[in-house]
Amino acid sequence: MNMRYFSPPRLSLRFIPIWRRNFMVWKKMAGPSILGHLADPVIYMLGLGYGLGGMLPEVGGMSYIAFLAAGTVCYSTMNSASFEALYSGFARMHEQRTWEAILNTPITLDDVVLSEIVWGASKSLLSGAAVLAVIWLLGLSHSPLTLWLIPLALLVGLCFSALGLIVTSLAPGYDFFMYYFTLLITPMVLLCGVFFPVDQLPSALQSVSAVLPLTHAVNLARPLLNDTIPAGWLSHIAVLLGYAVTGFYVSLALFRKRLSQ
Amino acid sequence: MSAVIRATGLIKRYGGQRVVDGIDLSIRKGECFGLLGPNGAGKTTTLRLLLGLIAPDGGQLELLGHAVPSHAREARLRVGVVPQLDNLDPDFTVAENLQVYGRYFGMSDADIEARLPELLEFANLAHKRDARVPTLSGGMKRRLTLARALVNDPDVIFLDEPTTGLDPQARHLIWQRLRELTRRGKTLLLTTHFMDEAERLCHRLAVMDNGRLISEGTPRELIESNIEPQVVEVFGEHATAWARGHAVSLAQRFEVSGETVFCYVHDAQPLLLELQRQPELRYLHRPANLEDVFLKLTGREMRE
Repeated sequence: MNMRYFSPPRLSLRFIPIWRRNFMVWKKMAGPSILGHLADPVIYMLGLGYGLGGMLPEVGGMSYIAFLAAGTVCYSTMNSASFEALYSGFARMHEQRTWEAILNTPITLDDVVLSEIVWGASKSLLSGAAVLAVIWLLGLSHSPLTLWLIPLALLVGLCFSALGLIVTSLAPGYDFFMYYFTLLITPMVLLCGVFFPVDQLPSALQSVSAVLPLTHAVNLARPLLNDTIPAGWLSHIAVLLGYAVTGFYVSLALFRKRLSQ
Repeated sequence: MSAVIRATGLIKRYGGQRVVDGIDLSIRKGECFGLLGPNGAGKTTTLRLLLGLIAPDGGQLELLGHAVPSHAREARLRVGVVPQLDNLDPDFTVAENLQVYGRYFGMSDADIEARLPELLEFANLAHKRDARVPTLSGGMKRRLTLARALVNDPDVIFLDEPTTGLDPQARHLIWQRLRELTRRGKTLLLTTHFMDEAERLCHRLAVMDNGRLISEGTPRELIESNIEPQVVEVFGEHATAWARGHAVSLAQRFEVSGETVFCYVHDAQPLLLELQRQPELRYLHRPANLEDVFLKLTGREMRE
């Protein structure tokens, strides 16, 4: 692969007009979008939380529905960013040729890829805020520390947008995304402590879990909901940031290669 | 006058094959320059190189005084692009498309708003200001794409097959607008495979094939330097047989394509006298045009 693709990203504020474009599109269908962000987590939390939770006394020192709420924040924000980076990102890059139109202006590919990551993270922020609203409404947590879930949603969004864009940069079509969801996202949900504590897993799987980004998100979210400062918070943030930066750099190199054809 | 677009020894390879193979171009301010060529000749790749969207494998490039691709971003501030395939924002109205695009050039919303009436007027879309893109006809979409390319009041406009897929009415309206732009002193670089489009619009043309420029000049120069001035097209079942017997001696050159014989001549009179004695053959006598040049230079066989 040509070394030129790996030159350091040249970042600028030129991603902002692209973010505003995406926001303008989103505003046109804000209703269904917000409904989706609210309905999905509510269905999970109520269905599993009360249904399954009724049979469980306590999980990890809290009611099962509260335990699940922390997982749901992370799971929902991860999904929002992933869908945005994969399906919507692919539509903008390939199907609608939005990127092509933008690249004919004084905006560069580096700016476009940055805009995708920031936009995906914005969708995560929205999704995280929706779940947080549900948590407050159901009275699952009254801790002011839960406000930290908002920057956490943004960070999880940056991380999974960046990782998702790697897949988008390699995708020949929409069908390709099934591999990512089936082989990575779904196992991650089960391995990272969303529905049950990681210590229930065999030790081999626990070590896999330890390196997955979603685990670190859950390890931050759950104590915050339980009104405690997460142990080792700095390292969890560092892991999520590390995935975000690496994902950005790798996807940028792959997009440079793809669009040079 | 100084060149606003300049390329020297431009080379681009894809998988070992030279898609652009040593092109030299110099386009002056205010000129409408046409790049002609069959599909796959390398026209679009050349445009993408000139815009700095892909990096050349050899040669020097300059656009509006900026080195490309290293300073292409600065150059593109003063450039408008009409792409070959539609890439308007389908979720937006006509006005929103222009507004959002203007922001990419760093224009303020107030500046864009101030330009909107003129742009909509120019594109004949004032009555469609709030119509969403999917409701527009093909011609309207093209005009909106043209208006969008003008949002930053560019000095140079790149147009990649601007009228492909349009009906004659829509095409004539685009031509009229492009002539208007050259009258205003804009520099236009367009690719096309419509010879009448090239002949009507372009001050200068280059014919491109297999990544090279094989002929360059004004439409008239291209015709005069490449081909005999008169063409007689002969049609009919026996045209080919007739041509083998008579055209050889009466025409400087002839080509057979299906049941038509194209005879290229300096003086058509002897040939026409002979054809009048052949009642089963129909014929058409006309001056040579750019299409004749194009077919002579790039061949009659299909490129698929």
